[in-house]
Order: sequence, then structure tokens, then C-alpha cells
Amino acid sequence: MENRQEILLTGAGGQGLILASIVLAEAAVNDNKNVVQTQSYGPEARGGASMAGVIIDIDTIEYPKVTRPNVLLCMNQASFNKYLPRVEPSCTIIVDSSFVSGSYSEEYKVQAFPITRTAKEKIGREVVANMLALGVINAATGLINKHIFRESVFRMAPKGSGELNQQAFDMGYQLYEEGQGQGIGISAQTPQ
Amino acid sequence: MPETKPVLMQGNEACAVGAISAGVRFYAGYPITPSTEVAEQMAARLPDIGGVFIQMEDEIASMAAVIGASIGGMRTLTATSGPGFSLKQENLGYAIMAEIPCVVVNVQRMGPSTGVPTAPAQGDVMQARWGTHGDHPIIVFSPASVYETYYLTIAAVNLSQKLRQPVILLLDEVIGHMREKVEIPEAGKLIVEKSSDKVPSDWKPYDEKGLTPLVPFGFGHYYHVTGLFHDQYGFPTGDPPQVERALDRLHNKLEKYRDEIVLTNYIGHKEPRVAIVTYGCVVRSARAVVKKAYWQNRLPVGLLSLQTIWPFPDREIEALAKQVDVILVPEMNRGQLVGEVERYARGEAKVIPVNRYDGEMISPDQISEALGRWLS
Amino acid sequence: MAVIEQLTQDFLRTKKLPHIWCPGCGNGIVTAALVRAIERSGYDQKDVVIVSGIGCSSRAAGYLNFNTLHTTHGRALAFATGLKMARPELKLFVIMGDGDCSAIGGNHFIHSARRNIDLNAVIVNNHIYGMTGGQHSPLTPTGKKATTAPRGTLERPFDLLELARGAGATFGAKGIAAQPRQLEQLILRGANHRGFSVVEALSPCPIAYGRRNKLGGAVEMLRDMKENSISVERAANMEETELVDKTITGVLFSIDAPEYAEEYYRSIGKEIG
Repeated sequence: MENRQEILLTGAGGQGLILASIVLAEAAVNDNKNVVQTQSYGPEARGGASMAGVIIDIDTIEYPKVTRPNVLLCMNQASFNKYLPRVEPSCTIIVDSSFVSGSYSEEYKVQAFPITRTAKEKIGREVVANMLALGVINAATGLINKHIFRESVFRMAPKGSGELNQQAFDMGYQLYEEGQGQGIGISAQTPQ
Repeated sequence: MPETKPVLMQGNEACAVGAISAGVRFYAGYPITPSTEVAEQMAARLPDIGGVFIQMEDEIASMAAVIGASIGGMRTLTATSGPGFSLKQENLGYAIMAEIPCVVVNVQRMGPSTGVPTAPAQGDVMQARWGTHGDHPIIVFSPASVYETYYLTIAAVNLSQKLRQPVILLLDEVIGHMREKVEIPEAGKLIVEKSSDKVPSDWKPYDEKGLTPLVPFGFGHYYHVTGLFHDQYGFPTGDPPQVERALDRLHNKLEKYRDEIVLTNYIGHKEPRVAIVTYGCVVRSARAVVKKAYWQNRLPVGLLSLQTIWPFPDREIEALAKQVDVILVPEMNRGQLVGEVERYARGEAKVIPVNRYDGEMISPDQISEALGRWLS
Repeated sequence: MAVIEQLTQDFLRTKKLPHIWCPGCGNGIVTAALVRAIERSGYDQKDVVIVSGIGCSSRAAGYLNFNTLHTTHGRALAFATGLKMARPELKLFVIMGDGDCSAIGGNHFIHSARRNIDLNAVIVNNHIYGMTGGQHSPLTPTGKKATTAPRGTLERPFDLLELARGAGATFGAKGIAAQPRQLEQLILRGANHRGFSVVEALSPCPIAYGRRNKLGGAVEMLRDMKENSISVERAANMEETELVDKTITGVLFSIDAPEYAEEYYRSIGKEIG
């Protein structure tokens, strides 16, 4: 039984992935789990490619780097192209179909959701796409107790935006559940 | 012990929190990756508790300002990375010579020179030991986790005060930048070892009889502080017997308190055949290996992790070498501390370096592979 | 007069004398002016700190009976900044030489000026690195000889006080070892000024500078120093052509501006005690 869960959040600088990884790690602490968070540093974290890793375990976490992700989030095309070949087929792969399209090997389980588009259209704020993505991930994996995660999203949000971020997180759940119902999201072809 | 609660914390932040808990109220620094978060945390926290944060014009000035503030009676800390650590060396030596307490944090990055500023490495092990000129003693701690960063910072501050000796905290980019769950007392609870408040009437700043507490400037003890060799009142001397005594004095105080300074930790088999000796972030990879090899597979394997790398844990290595056939020394450099391990193994065990120096953290697989080779 | 002499003795470590300076050196005159200025300031002895760098003049710290801090080459102002920020109630006098202050310590000099931190810098300018035997400094006049400029230096010197003013210092004065009473007054005014004060004191180095440049012995150098100087008050009424190659002495600028240590402590809600 593998207790160690490795989550890799990837995309472009400015999409809020590093903050998302910290919120996820914070939620894991609040859920009484051990956790380690790491991220890419330097100019690429501000403009170019951005990457953050979170490891959650019941046991003590020794090696802090993500090597075999159980969950991969790709928020742009470049990160999808780069990281997909590096994960095992058993990995849960979630992509933002607002930015990612194209074909890929059928052995992978890719689930695509219009994360950023939903944030923009349903909530009116593109910046909360990261919290929406966390909602999708947790809905898909059940990594963290949902109630505790929501609380953490609220607490970690910039002053005055707690409810907005929680709304985005909830929207992520909804997107995942609707996606399940409608059969989109699990496909060998990423929807356009 | 004060009550603890679990929080998510970054290594560099734990350093700042530990420093404040240990009574540090003065920080002078200059921005440099990957240590900047220490400065940012201090800049955010110190003003609220009446402390001083100052961003100086360069690394040299930061080191100087820290020493100046220590002479004023404040507990002080500065943080930097390789290039800045190089610049701090002259004044670090001054603090050693003048016996001024302070803590210098070096969050190691890949070098030489500008290197890869955001990549981890352990290339400054020998620089931490011998970076400043002259035949000086030094204390260097090397934490392997966010929690160790917190408590070794506290230990560094208190030890520095007690021995009137600079202490270096040699972090690496992995530990400095990673966030992890730690359980520590709430910030603000002081964990301070108080040195004696009483100043004897015949107080001398560098008493030949042994350690005396530093009496800060401004209290009517008109002594002299200099980087020159000095007598027990601090005044310059070039008299050979006095010079020799003064240098012995600097080394003797570390030898006297050796057991408080040298911190190591052994996990694994009681009668190991192969042992891993390492420090800093590599301890994590090594522990992952030993957990699997010993706890799961009951192989005769152990890990001696070094929280203190200078003064070098010579007796611990001597004892270990007598027990094992092979000592593996994984490091994120081309082999620095391995030479010391070999020296104190004194031929009793084979000492094998395991190195990685491409800017990536050494992996458990790499250590595991070496271990497998020497176990069979 | 007798009272002043008595107190001045209290500020000297007489057991450490005689000093190491060469015959004819101006460091003793400048140091004495500093001691008298501190005496006149009325500061409590225990509140006074002397900080110095490395060089001949920086050895003065060892002869003065205060808390004295003899630092590394060029870094005196950086040490002093840390000490002042930790203990803003202390009165810090920072003695530096010309090379110490303006070459290796140039960065700390301009940034101390920029912060306008309340340090009293006394720069003993003898136009040469004396302790190492006569190398040219950033304050050596163009054409003058040094061991590292045997044909005369091609470099142009700083105008130290203009540099200080441009960097934000709020008090600048120039004195000469040939007029010790005026120098004492200038140091005293610098001490009373709130902010970064710079007093440049021209001082003869007959051994490492005068001899090589055929400027005569100490007596001749002091005489020339005096003859070539004009007070800022007198200079105000003179033509520019009359002032060529003259040293203008006195308080050259004094400006009121926020002082850094005070501003810092106010910002964190503490009064400097």
C-alpha cells in the first residue's frame, strides 16, 4: 500500500500554481497529514514555465522531490507536452482544456476540464482558476477532507477574497462531478 | 517545553522564526538567492518586536553591521548564499578573532561563482571551514529538515553567545526553499539560554583565565576591540608567547565545549556492515534508503547524520569505522567532507564517496545503488 | 585651561603611549582635536564610542579611553552603522584615513551619507597610504608621487566633501592639522549635528608623502598647509581666480534632514533613550 501521494502542478508563471501548491500543502497539514512542498524558482516562476510539487504522506516524508507523480495538473500546452511523457499511465492527469488540446497516447488517463474558462465565465475572475483546479483535483482524488480543504482555501486567500476562492474551489468539484456525468473529461481526445 | 502546534513552514522561514525565538533582534543583510526569504521574514517580523532590520549596501557591510550590533549587546544574524558568503569572510574572521557572537546563514547554491543560483549544492563545506584566512576555529551546523533548521538556528544563537564565537548555519537550497509540516512553539516564545548578567568587578574582555561574557559598549567598561592579536584587555600585541596563547584560547574554548557543539544522530542496524555518513538535505535521501534497507529488509545498514560538520565529528567517525566494513559518503559536490571521514576512519573501514553535482538533489536510488554494490 | 587639560587626560590611555606614529605625523594633532571636541561636547564618557578602520590614523582608537572598536580596512562605517542602530543613544566618532574611507570603504561612505545616519566621520587626509609605506590613494593630488605612482599619479582625486554632499551627507567641514583649534571646533559642530557629519582633516605625512614629493619636513608642510588655506567666510568675498589651489576650511555645508536611526525607531514606535 503506497501511502505517499505525489502531486505535480504545472503550467505558466502567473497562473497561481505555486500558491495552489501552498494551499494544498496547508490543507494537508490541517488534515493532520505529513506534507512537503517544493517549487521551481528563478525567473521562470514569474514569467515562463512554473512547477510545484506536493508530497502527502501519513509517514514521515524523507526525499522531498516529486519523482513519480500520482496526480499531474497541466494548466498550459507546454507543461502538458513536457510532463505527460514523464508520468506513469496510472497517474491521474488533469488538464485545463482552456489552454490544452491535441492527441496523446491512449494509455494515459487524461481528464480535461475548462478550468480557466469556467473561472472567467462563471465566477468572473480568471485569477481563481488555481483554486478551481484544486477543487477538481480533490474531487478526483479525495486526497484531503473536503471540509478541511475548503477552510484552508478560505484562510489562505488574500484578505477579503476568501469566499470568492471557496466558490472557485466548489466550482471545481461541480465541474468534476458534471464532467463525470456528461462523460467529458475522460477521453483519449482532449476536447477543443 | 512550550506548547507546539503543526504548521506549514519554509526552511528559510524556520530559520527566521528560530532566530527570533532565540532572542535575535538585529538582522543586516543583502538580497541573494536562495536565502532572501530569511531577510524578508526578518524585515516583516523584527519591527513588531522592537528589533532592527537593515538592508545594507553590500554583503561585507552586512557582516560588519551584525558585528557592530553584537558589540552593542544585541543578538544578531545575517543570511546569504555562496557569492555573498565569500564576501563576508574577512569580517567573519574578525568576529572570530575579536570573539563577537553572531550567526551567519549560508543557503548553499550551485557554484563556483554565480553558478546556478536556484539549484542546490553542498559546495561550501570547505569554505565554511577555511573561508576566512588564518588558523581559526569554526562551528558549522547543517540541518536536514525545516524543523532541524528551526532548532539548530536556536542552538547556533545560544552557542554563539555562550562561546562568543560566530556560528555558521550551512543550509542548502533544498532545505531553505522547501515547505514542510513542523510542530514548533508559537513564534515569540523565547528559547534563550541566558548568560550570566553579573559582571565581575575585575572583568576583562579576553580574560586569560577563560571565557567571560561580552559586556556591551556603553556601560562604562572602556575596553578595546580589534582584529589584531590582543592581550586580555583587547590591546594589540605582537609578543610571540601572547600571540600563541591568544590563538590557543580561540581553539580551546571549542574543544572544552566539544560535546555541546558536536551533534550527530545514528539510525539503523546495531551491528552495521555498511554505514552512510552524510549531512544537510542528503540525509533525507539516505534516510529513505536506510528505512527500506534496514526497517523493511533488515539489512546490516546504518546512517550517521551529522548536524554539526565543523568541528568535525572525529570520535564518532572513529567509533563507526571500527564497526563497519564500508562507509558511504554521499554529498552534493565532488567530494568534500569525505576526506575528513577518510582521515578519521584511519583505515579501519573503506570510505566510498557518492557524488552528484549537476544541480539536482541526490536521489535515494543513487545511494541505494551504491549501497547494494557494497552490501553484496 | 587647567581643568580642560585634566579631563582630557581621562580620555587618553596614557599607558598605551607613546604612540606608533612617525615624527612629524599629523595624526596626533587631529586626535588631540578630537579629544578636546568630545570634552567640549559634554558627552558622558560611557556614551562615547570611537570606531576606526585600518591605517595609521585608525590606530588612534587604541589610545583613547572610551569603548573603542578597531575594525577591518574600509569597513568602520558599516560596523558603526550596526552599533548605532543597535544602540542609538551612543555617540559614535568614526576615524578613517583617506584610502580607508574613500577607496576600499567608498561604498560604506556614500551609503552612510545617503541614510544620513548620525555618525561623526573624521577623515584624516594625508593624501597617501602611510602604514603600507606610501601608495597613492583616491585623495592623492594628480601628479604627486607614490611608491605605486613613481612618475606621479595620473588619477584625479575625489573632492571628498562634494562626494559626501552629493551622496546625501548633511554636514561637511574641512580643517587642517595646522589649525588645531579650528579643527576642534569643526569636529564639535559635526558632533552636535544630527545626521551624517563628515570632517575632513588635512594632515601632514612627511615620511611617506612629503619626502617623496619634496614637500619638506613637518614644519614646512604645516606652514604650506596654513598658507594655502582660506576660511570659507573669507573665501566668500574673494574672486574665483584667487582661490585656485587653495584649501577652503570651515563648515562647507550643514543641512537639516531626517536622521536614519531616529526615523527607524520612530517607525517601530520606540523613542531613542
